[in-house]
Amino acid sequence: MTEPVDELVPALRHGAPSDSSQLLSEMLRIRFFEEEVQQLFSLNLVRGSTHLMQGQEAIPVGVSSVLFKTDTMTCTYRGHGAVLAKGAAMDACFGEILGRAGGLCKGRGGSMHLTDVSVGALGSNAIVGAHLPISVGAALTSKLRRTGSVSVAFLGDGATNIGTFHESVNMAAVWKLPVIFVIENNQYGEYSPVAATTPISRLADRSVSYGIPGVFVDGNDVVSVRAVTIQALERARSGLGPTLIEANTYRQVGHSRSDPGAYRPEGELDAWLLKDPILQLENAMIASDPQATSHIALVREQVKLEVIQARDRALSWPEPPVEARFEDVYS
Amino acid sequence: MTDLINYRQIIAVAIADAMRIDPDVILIGEDVGAAGGAFKTTVGLFDEFGPERVLDTPISEQAIVGAALGAAITGMRPVAEIMFADFAGVCFDQIANQVAKYRYMTGGQVSVPMTIRMANGAGSGFGAQHSQPAENWFLNVPGLKIVVPATVEDLYGLLRSAIADDNPVLVFEHKNLFAIKGHVPYGETEFVPIGVAAVVRTGSDVTIVATQQMRYRAVEAAAILETEGISAAVIDPRTLVPFDDATVISSLQETSRLLVVQEAPESGSWGASLVSRVVTGHFELLDAPPVLISAENIPVPYAADMEEAWLPSVQDIVSAARKQCAY
Repeated sequence: MTEPVDELVPALRHGAPSDSSQLLSEMLRIRFFEEEVQQLFSLNLVRGSTHLMQGQEAIPVGVSSVLFKTDTMTCTYRGHGAVLAKGAAMDACFGEILGRAGGLCKGRGGSMHLTDVSVGALGSNAIVGAHLPISVGAALTSKLRRTGSVSVAFLGDGATNIGTFHESVNMAAVWKLPVIFVIENNQYGEYSPVAATTPISRLADRSVSYGIPGVFVDGNDVVSVRAVTIQALERARSGLGPTLIEANTYRQVGHSRSDPGAYRPEGELDAWLLKDPILQLENAMIASDPQATSHIALVREQVKLEVIQARDRALSWPEPPVEARFEDVYS
Repeated sequence: MTDLINYRQIIAVAIADAMRIDPDVILIGEDVGAAGGAFKTTVGLFDEFGPERVLDTPISEQAIVGAALGAAITGMRPVAEIMFADFAGVCFDQIANQVAKYRYMTGGQVSVPMTIRMANGAGSGFGAQHSQPAENWFLNVPGLKIVVPATVEDLYGLLRSAIADDNPVLVFEHKNLFAIKGHVPYGETEFVPIGVAAVVRTGSDVTIVATQQMRYRAVEAAAILETEGISAAVIDPRTLVPFDDATVISSLQETSRLLVVQEAPESGSWGASLVSRVVTGHFELLDAPPVLISAENIPVPYAADMEEAWLPSVQDIVSAARKQCAY
């Protein structure tokens, strides 16, 4: 049975939630983290490339705010936010991106592979869509062992065009596995706008061919993201199977560090900056309570300090010993 | 050692024995359950263990391997079947980029205790997309173990060892050996270890190294050579990664002549790698140039005579050994 695509849930218009402060803090942690990573890059302290997600923070924060630590999560190479929101230590995230011994993966993964299994962050993947079947497998374990845990897979809009998407959503649906597929539709697959690569405008509509609910949500509204996640979690935990969520958002930065984003139409970025997820939550908080302004300033200050301290700790760590490269090829 | 059983049938016996002692072992693949497998290699498992542990999948090789990986890193011990080994091409990313690297890239946060079984090899007239010996495709991907059993006993033991291993193991089951007979090793608790070659026969003039179908041709060739007064040792590596160089070297100390026979084109193959290691590391042992007999460097042809011509023959092995011994 297929349910129709839900309409956008304008939750923030009804006012700021009681835990706004927490949600704001979580989003700011990601925002400031990404800004610091950008800085570290410009100082040549980060190797290879990195893929930042400023502007998309409401999605991992909204989803993870209702997950248990035992729920698992996989994500894309634009995954710093998802891994932080799932609970990974920030200094170890910095450390991994800096290639330090104290990094989450001992310096063997890098920016595209932040993983912290201890908090259920099973992996950030550098091959588009490759983590989707892995998420299905984690859900299979949950079903076979009856743990009740749910497997969340974040994916980009571009990943809906790769084969693993079809194979994974189909398998999860036919086996009624507890998976939530969350499309972070940031409007661009690398440099190409979604419309240039995808013949439908609502990616959530793809759920129809798997007989599962497809939910479209304002991905810049953290409360709406949380609301649809709660519905999907209930469905997953009661054995009804997966949900496909499309969270609409915008990548405020380029695809990677070498991309200035010159392909964006004039004015597009400015329009989306007005819909910035952090700005929207702060506005809602102030609308609910004019006194919130000073509280917001305090939260910003505290988070900034946390991020700087985590960065500095990671910078103080040594690089891994060269000999350690032979470790963990096999168990 | 009791009942005679064939190479095809021993597969389900090994998987069932593993599933009985470990509830984390599951089998996942296309038609492995209710239908008993495309090659009837998993008959009976669905009836004994049910649909929760013997999972029929959609035709989705990427999802089969990826789901097995996801299950493996969260506590299960899956056995995935990829039917024809050629189909590994469909899920190459999952095997080479995901399964092989998951432990390494996460800094050892997880183990990947999973087995991927595939029906391998030429000689049965399946054409170029269902006949390739695909084991060489994965030699250049650190993080995997690769086994290529040729006998019923080795298949049982190596499959049990693969399932018990905390690392990803690719098990290539040669479909032209399905009728080979052997014994069920009832009650054994020690299995053929991964990474140990078998000395099929000893010899003093030439060391022939061969796997699976070629092992049998090497043994036939050795019998012919014996009538001519040439004493050929035959070694079956059984495992390609990690490769048991020591057993080959030990034999070369007796024979001083290396003859490798493989059912695959030469480029990027285990045979070429073995010859390279022996020449660069043990040149002083050799009294004659090593010989590598490979399949022809063309896709596997369909017609019977063409396919047989593609494969190294017993006569190829005999001729090469004669020349080496006359060198």
